[in-house]
Amino acid sequence: MTTLTIKNLGVAVGDQQILDGVNLEVSSGEVHAVMGPNGSGKSTLSNAIMGKAGYQITSGSLELDGQDLSSLPTWARAQAGLFLAMQYPTEVPGVSVRETLELALAERSTHRIDVQSMLIEEANKIGLASDLLDRALNVDMSGGEKKRNETAQLAVLAPQIAVLDELDSGLDIDALRACAERIEVMTEEGLGVLCITHYHRLLDYLPADRVHILVGGRIAESGGPELARELEADGYARFVESDNDSEGVSVAIGGLSQQTSASQTELDDPFADPLA
Amino acid sequence: MPDWADIGGSSAYIERRKEAQERALRIGLPSFEEELWRYTPIDELDLSNYKLDVPGGTVLDAGLTEGLDSDAAAVIHVVNGKVSSIATFDESISVQSEGDELENIIGSVVSPEFDFFADCNLAYNTAPIFIEIAPNSVVTSPILIRHHTTVNNLVWFPRVFIHAGENSEATVVEHQSSTDVDALVCPVTEINVAQAARLKYLTVQEHGANIWQIATQVANVERDAYVSLNQVALGGAYARARIDTKMMGQGSSSETKAVYFGTRSAKHDFRTFQKHEAPHTNSNLLFKGALDDESRAIYTGLIRIESDANDVNAYQTNRTLKLSDEAWAESVPNLEIENNDVKCSHASAVGPIDQDQKFYLESRGVPSDIAEALVVKGFFGDLLDALPVQMVGKAVNVRIEELLSLDLERSST
Repeated sequence: MTTLTIKNLGVAVGDQQILDGVNLEVSSGEVHAVMGPNGSGKSTLSNAIMGKAGYQITSGSLELDGQDLSSLPTWARAQAGLFLAMQYPTEVPGVSVRETLELALAERSTHRIDVQSMLIEEANKIGLASDLLDRALNVDMSGGEKKRNETAQLAVLAPQIAVLDELDSGLDIDALRACAERIEVMTEEGLGVLCITHYHRLLDYLPADRVHILVGGRIAESGGPELARELEADGYARFVESDNDSEGVSVAIGGLSQQTSASQTELDDPFADPLA
Repeated sequence: MPDWADIGGSSAYIERRKEAQERALRIGLPSFEEELWRYTPIDELDLSNYKLDVPGGTVLDAGLTEGLDSDAAAVIHVVNGKVSSIATFDESISVQSEGDELENIIGSVVSPEFDFFADCNLAYNTAPIFIEIAPNSVVTSPILIRHHTTVNNLVWFPRVFIHAGENSEATVVEHQSSTDVDALVCPVTEINVAQAARLKYLTVQEHGANIWQIATQVANVERDAYVSLNQVALGGAYARARIDTKMMGQGSSSETKAVYFGTRSAKHDFRTFQKHEAPHTNSNLLFKGALDDESRAIYTGLIRIESDANDVNAYQTNRTLKLSDEAWAESVPNLEIENNDVKCSHASAVGPIDQDQKFYLESRGVPSDIAEALVVKGFFGDLLDALPVQMVGKAVNVRIEELLSLDLERSST
């Protein structure tokens, strides 16, 4: 059992505070959806979790099974068990997916792993043409091919917790189903998922246990799968309007119920533990 | 000063060489205040430290061209100013190291008064090589020339003339290497690509850390002909290559490419000219370098399009990665266009490696230093894959991995 614990997380990019007291807890086998309008901080959350340069943690903590992640470089977070499927996977000319994963797995174990066979097997499962595996990472790939490629890498690396940053964007419905269902199978084998998305359709194939609404850099509301349905019908208007009154909202995540009052804490001491 | 009596050749040739010598003595070494020598350490060059001599010798280490001999159409070794062996295995190739034909053709592409070092080369070259590829022939295996230097305080002037006959096709590899000596090597390579011929030329510069090399390469490209000039530059204390391609005939085209890697306090210096003198001509230039430690690189390039050269495409790109804070690079692209019917672009960038690429690799679990090395290796990938001789491209790739301390496990797949 592995748990990613995000407590009172504040993140700034440059001078701008993007996240302001986010609390989330994702454990093995769970699927948590983080939904929100454009500009609410969804991608900042995923980049901050993975430790991208320029995303400054200004408050709170980020832990995997009690181990502080915030002081680790990106690669060490990955080795600790995190994976980020990127919204816009970066093109890396001249570097193949096979050598990348071989080098990543070589850090984990001295046992020689046949990465190429695993990649081909995973590519077949999600309908990714295996000749794309010989290409440089994400170079000359369509949006859909890039997302399938991310999914195949996720399956081969088999992390504890995967952050999916808008995996659905750029995917047609067949590819979406293939990728989501593959990840759903992995969750049955214990993968915990933090699924960041704007739309509901990904959750049709990768059902969420919990849905969190991220607005203005904080979780405005959390609930069961029905919350995503409600968003589909009514949009984000209700949350955006209530953004200014979101202090002290009750957040229930992964069976843990907690009372936060992030902005009040921020007034007193930006680094104070909201649970103290 | 050499004793002319020791140098063979016709009186007319010796006369031209004496004129070149007089001109060189008159104009003297260039100054770093001249545009083409800006940013260079040329003022540190003291010619009296070097001795003009022809001790000869043998190639001690084949380095990056090891193994190429068995598949070569010709192998020519020139060591310390002296031809040590010439072997040809293809009837379409003729190689000469003396004689009227050679004397008459030398200096017909790189003309007198080109610059100080070209004049010195004409005056003092001791081991000229003239390679002629017969018209309408296709030489599939590479022609290999090794210019090797093993003697301290030596100065010598390698000279190569390549004539690709009409509608012929060939690949020439010139390997410039040395042991760990302090020497000055100033090669001049003249290339004439006759109508409809296709010539690929690759220079592999793998000098020791104390060598100064000042190289000149000029290619004249005639009607409907194609030339590809490729550089791999890895060594030397100061290694300069001036590379000119002249699109003289209509429909001619050129590609100029370079891969350079600087370590220690090495200085790489490239000066390129793409001259379009005829209509319907194309030229493309791509130079990529990486600089580690305190190394430096200078790139200046000029695309020149004459007024009667319409329908021209000419491109020029220079990208340099700085792998350390102490590394330094200057990149100056230039255009001179006298005709409206042209498509031209130039781009240059000097900067650190792409942080997004590094983050992507790290997010998979690849440690930072390896991720950085992979990004650099990938940066060179397109150029190395496209080098005229694949075997050399692979060897250079391995060398670059070594320079990056990237110890990749190589599998058979």
